[in-house]
Amino acid sequence: MVTAALAEIATHPAAGAALDIEQVSHAFDIDGTELPVLSDVSISVEPGEFVALLGPSGCGKSTLLRLVAGLDKPRAGRLREDESRIRSPHPSRVVVFQDPTLFPWRSVWDNVALGLEAQGILKSQRHRVDAALDLVGLSSFRKAYPHQLSGGMAQRVALARALVNDPKILILDEPLGKLDSLTRITMQAELVSLWQRKGFTTLLVTHDAEEALVLANRVIVFSDRPARVKADIRVDRPYPRHRGDPYLADLRRQILGLLGLDATW
Amino acid sequence: MSTYSLSDGLASGAPRTSRVPLLATWLRESGAGVLASVAWIAFGLSCLWWADVGDWSRTHSLGIAAFVIAAIALFGTVGVDYLGAAGQALHKRAPWLVALGAFLTVWEVATAKFAWLPLPFFPPPQAIIEVYTDDLPKLLDSVFASVKLQLGGYLIGATVGFLTGVSIGWSRAVGYWVHPVLRFIGPLPATAWLPIAFFTFPSSWSASTFLIALATGFPVTVLTWSGVASVSNAYYDVARTLGARPSFLVLKVAIPAALPHVFVGLFMGLGSSFAVLVVAEMIGVKAGLGWYLQWAQGWAAYANMYAALIVMSLLCSGAITLLFSIRDRLLVWQKGTVKW
Repeated sequence: MVTAALAEIATHPAAGAALDIEQVSHAFDIDGTELPVLSDVSISVEPGEFVALLGPSGCGKSTLLRLVAGLDKPRAGRLREDESRIRSPHPSRVVVFQDPTLFPWRSVWDNVALGLEAQGILKSQRHRVDAALDLVGLSSFRKAYPHQLSGGMAQRVALARALVNDPKILILDEPLGKLDSLTRITMQAELVSLWQRKGFTTLLVTHDAEEALVLANRVIVFSDRPARVKADIRVDRPYPRHRGDPYLADLRRQILGLLGLDATW
Repeated sequence: MSTYSLSDGLASGAPRTSRVPLLATWLRESGAGVLASVAWIAFGLSCLWWADVGDWSRTHSLGIAAFVIAAIALFGTVGVDYLGAAGQALHKRAPWLVALGAFLTVWEVATAKFAWLPLPFFPPPQAIIEVYTDDLPKLLDSVFASVKLQLGGYLIGATVGFLTGVSIGWSRAVGYWVHPVLRFIGPLPATAWLPIAFFTFPSSWSASTFLIALATGFPVTVLTWSGVASVSNAYYDVARTLGARPSFLVLKVAIPAALPHVFVGLFMGLGSSFAVLVVAEMIGVKAGLGWYLQWAQGWAAYANMYAALIVMSLLCSGAITLLFSIRDRLLVWQKGTVKW
């Protein structure tokens, strides 16, 4: 079944896109006062890279993701996907949010089919929905409704709903944040293998340094609000990575130091 | 010898102790069914034992019918194991059958036999049966007229209300213009428009349709609107990143998400439109159950009024049951919905 799913994906090669974030600044208006959230952020992501964005909670990481997705427009600066300006949402950049936000009135299959239906290509592409469900191992739940799923299963469906569009950039906004630790470890491994197989560019927001190090090629550490890039760390370790790897432990200590948490280590 | 007699006593004692609980269990299981049969026999006897104080032609038939029901209740209870679902249904409703039989007996005795309740204001059961058998064509005409009027007005009101609600919830500009009008006119009871509606509309039928639509439309509009307005932005974000256009956001996100609210509105609209229907029929329309009630009152035909009331309550209750079963079909994804 999985091999069939893989063969299916091979016919839809979805190589990752490059992402350029150039001197982006953003702010919110709260009761008339301007609250800066991003300050002159520049990041250049290579096609197929797995980049983790790490920072204190509320620093503006999620805002940056919304800008990359095209859901909001930055106050200053530019965002580009493969040289074309990002101005609005596009299914080539799909977001998986912290909450699965499945549509409760749709079955699992219909939830996964959402993107293809919205683009008006579902009729000819139904097999892609089945393939995506196979990929996350939930084929037998195609008829279930979201309220019948566990948290981890719901997040898998959300992942399938994103992957069915063959995104060039997969945007993950703390997608594992609310899962229990065991489910989390399993899904981290699944994420890595999906990314390796499909080759999309991945942006992952997390506040868990260990998660960032186990998953990403590159960890970008943000300052407190307004977020600025504090450090850009390359993680040159082969997959699958081991949590106890002393090299990763060393990087983790460095990162926690950058976040002002060295005392806890 | 003595040991034999001891064991004899034990042996004969054992089945006796087990037979008594068996009977007790049977009575506990079937007592209500037997009692229901007794109650309906009592009702039949109360019909046939004494002479009527008035002149009613269906007393004898009613008594026979009561005995038939008593027999069905008894056989259904005894043979519950062989009757499957029908037997189970009877078993479940047996206590209600007891209450109904007892109530009918008291009613029969208090009206037709001893006139403890003043006639003609409290007609006996056989008088109401007589209406159903002898005045059936006129009653059916009235039912047909009522259903036609109600259905037309309700469908128009529900459709317009739904579309208005979605528009206000979705478009700021529509909301700006429609919301104040809705606030000003909506809370007005639709019946207050009656005098104006009856002389501005070309026919009393169109006036009543308008009023029923108005009574339905207001709650449907408000609840659809609040349903659309309360849809989480996260759903729109998800749909937009997946490439959804505005039409998709309305039809496939906003409306399905708002549907539980819409059904609350449809339910409330149904209730208030019944009120308008009856009043409109009593005042202006020369047909329908409301008109039948009015007509019966004019002739002091109290049995006809009760008969019409029973039909009316069955229709209203049936309409709500229908609405809820449609809702249950459309909203299978919802857990723990309102029971009807």
